[in-house]
Amino acid sequence: MKFAFFPGCVAKGAAPELYTSTIKVAEILGIELDEKAMESASCTGAGVLQEKNQLLGDTLNARNIALAEKQNLPILTICSTCQGVMSQAEQRLENEEYRAQINETLKEEGLEYTGKTPTRHLLWIIVEEIGEKKFKSLVKRKLETLNLAPFYGCYLVRPSKALKFYENPERETCLEDLTEWVGAKVTDFPGSKACCGFPILTINEKVALKMVGNHTSSAKDLGADAMVTPCPLCHLNLDQYQNRAAGMMKREIDLPIIHVPQLVGLALGLDPEELRINKHIISTKKLLSEISLRP
Amino acid sequence: MVQTAKKTVQITIKRQDPEIDGNKPYFQDYNVEVEDWFTVLDVLIKIREEIDGTLSLRCACRASICGSCAMRVNGQAKLVCKTKLSSVEKDNKILVEPVGNMPVITDLTADFKPFWDKFNAVDPYLRPGSEAPEAEYIAPNEDMVHLVGVMNCIMCGCCVSDCTVLEVKDNFLGPAALAKSYRFIADPRDNTENERLEKLLDDGGIWDCTRCMQCVEVCPKDVDPMSRIMAMRSNSLNKNMNKSYGARHANAFTSLIKSSGVLNETLLILKTKGFFNIIELIKLLPLAISAQLAGKRPPFLSHSIKNKDKLKKIFKKLENK
Ligand code: SF4
Ligand code: SF4
Ligand code: SF4
Ligand code: FES
Repeated sequence: MKFAFFPGCVAKGAAPELYTSTIKVAEILGIELDEKAMESASCTGAGVLQEKNQLLGDTLNARNIALAEKQNLPILTICSTCQGVMSQAEQRLENEEYRAQINETLKEEGLEYTGKTPTRHLLWIIVEEIGEKKFKSLVKRKLETLNLAPFYGCYLVRPSKALKFYENPERETCLEDLTEWVGAKVTDFPGSKACCGFPILTINEKVALKMVGNHTSSAKDLGADAMVTPCPLCHLNLDQYQNRAAGMMKREIDLPIIHVPQLVGLALGLDPEELRINKHIISTKKLLSEISLRP
Repeated sequence: MVQTAKKTVQITIKRQDPEIDGNKPYFQDYNVEVEDWFTVLDVLIKIREEIDGTLSLRCACRASICGSCAMRVNGQAKLVCKTKLSSVEKDNKILVEPVGNMPVITDLTADFKPFWDKFNAVDPYLRPGSEAPEAEYIAPNEDMVHLVGVMNCIMCGCCVSDCTVLEVKDNFLGPAALAKSYRFIADPRDNTENERLEKLLDDGGIWDCTRCMQCVEVCPKDVDPMSRIMAMRSNSLNKNMNKSYGARHANAFTSLIKSSGVLNETLLILKTKGFFNIIELIKLLPLAISAQLAGKRPPFLSHSIKNKDKLKKIFKKLENK
C-alpha cells in the first residue's frame, strides 16, 4: 500500500512526536509513505483560511490532491482537521461547474483535480484496509490493563455526509474499534465526539479551557488511564493546556493524551521512546508503568 | 391490509418534575410494542396514551414542519417526528432526553425562553433604509434562492441544543439566532448590513463559534448555520472589520500560508495577539517554557514548501474574490 503522505503543519511543527511515531508504525503495517510527492503541497487552511475565502481554500486543497493524483497516489493524512477540511473540499468539488472553475486555475501549473482517489486518515486506512484480522496478527503487546478514552476531533466526525459515513459506516466507531484491537478497554465518556475548543483558543481562551477541562476531567473520573486522539490540534490543546484548565477548575486532572500512531506503536511492540511518548506535557510515566514499560 | 412486523423496544426516558424529588432528573424504562414503521414520536405518544399519562412532551404537526418536537435521541438532537425508530434503535433500545442548553420544565419539554431572547436580540426584521416602494421590492432571483436555505429554519432548537460553545458560554448568540441574522444581512432589501455585522463582532457574536459543526450535523432542515456564521466572518473581514482576535487570527493565518505555504504556530500566536501585546505574550510564556522542556516548541523559523511561487500566483488570483 503506497500513499502520498500529507503530514500536515502540526506534525511538522508543534507535534513532532506524531510525525516520528507515524513513520515507525507505517513501516510495520506495510504502509509505504511517499512524502516527496507532496513537497510542494500547502497547508489545508484548517478551516481558518476558509473563513476568509472558501474558494481560495478549496483551490489549495484541490491543488494538493492533484499533486498526488499526478503521481497516481491517494493521500494519507494523520490529522483529523486536515482530513475533514480536505473531505469537505472534495464534497464541494463534486459539483462539476465548481470543479471546472478550480481546475481552470490549476491548469496554469499543469495540474488537474479529478477526485477519483479520496483522501483518507491513517486511522481509517488501518480500519478499512488493514482490518481487524491482519492488525491483530501484528499486535505484539496487548494493552489489556489500559482504559482509554477515545477523542476523535470534530473534523473526523462531522459533517457525516462530507466524511461519507453512509458509504463507510465503520468510520463512526473506528477509534473505539482500534482501541479494542490493541486489547485495551474503551472508557465511554460523553465528550468523545465533542469539540476540544482549539479553534477559539487564541480568540477566547476561557471557553477553550472549559472544554478541555470538561472532557479530560470527565474521562478521568470515569476511569480512563489516558486519552487517545487522531487529531494533533486536539492533542495540543488537551495536553498543553490541560494544567491551565485544571487550575481553572481548581482540581487535578493529570490525564495523558496520546496520538493514534503512538497507541498503535505500543501495541506493535515498539519502544515508548522511539514513539516519543515521553515528549508530552502531561507525563506518561504512570501510564507506561501500567503496561510495565519504563519511560 | 398491509402486514407489518411488531416487536418490543425498551425506551429509556430522562424525566424530571418540579413537584417530584426537588426536580431531580431520573431515568425511567418503558417496554413498548412497536410497529416497524413507528417514528420515535409514535412510541412516545403510545407511552403517554397507553402506559403512563404523566409523561410530558411537545408535538403538533407530526410532519417536521412546526419544530416543536426537538429532543435528544441517543445523545443527539432530532425532531422525533422525523426520526424512524428503526434508524436509531440499537439492540432494541433507545434513550430519549430533553434538548440540551435550555432549562427543562418537565420531562421532555424545555423552556425556550433563552432561544427566543437571542433570536430577538439579532433584530429579526427586515430594515429597508429608504421609503417603501409603491409596489413590491425587487430583489435579484439568485440572492433570494440562496437565502431559501436559511429561511427553511423552523426554529426547532436542535442546533442550539447541541452547540458545544453554548455548553460552556451562556451569552453566545448561538447557531439559530446567528443564521437568522445572516438571513437579513444577506438580503439585498435590508439596508443595515454594516450595523448588524458590527454588533456581531462583540463578545457572544460570530467569533465565538468554534466550528465544531454540530449545528450542521443536527439541523433537520439543512440550514447549515455554521456556514452562515463563516459567511458573516468573511463578509466582515472583507469590510476590514478587524478589531476582534478572531479577525486577527484569520488574517494572520492567511498571510502566513501566503508567505510560506505552511503554518508556523509561533508566528500565528504572535501575529494574533500582536507582537507588542506584552501582557498577552507574558501569559503565554509558561506554556512555551514547558513545551520547550518537553522538546516540543515549534521551531521559530519553520520550514516552507517547494514551488512557493505557484502558490503565490493562486493567492494573487483569488485572494480578493
Ligand atoms: S476537536 Fe478541536 S482541534 Fe480537534 S478537530 Fe475539532 S475543533 Fe479541531
Ligand atoms: S437552524 Fe435548523 S436546527 Fe437550528 S433552529 Fe433552525 S431548523 Fe432547527
Ligand atoms: S459550529 Fe459554531 S454555532 Fe454551530 S454548533 Fe458548533 S460552535 Fe455552535
Ligand atoms: S411535531 Fe412538528 S416538527 Fe415534529
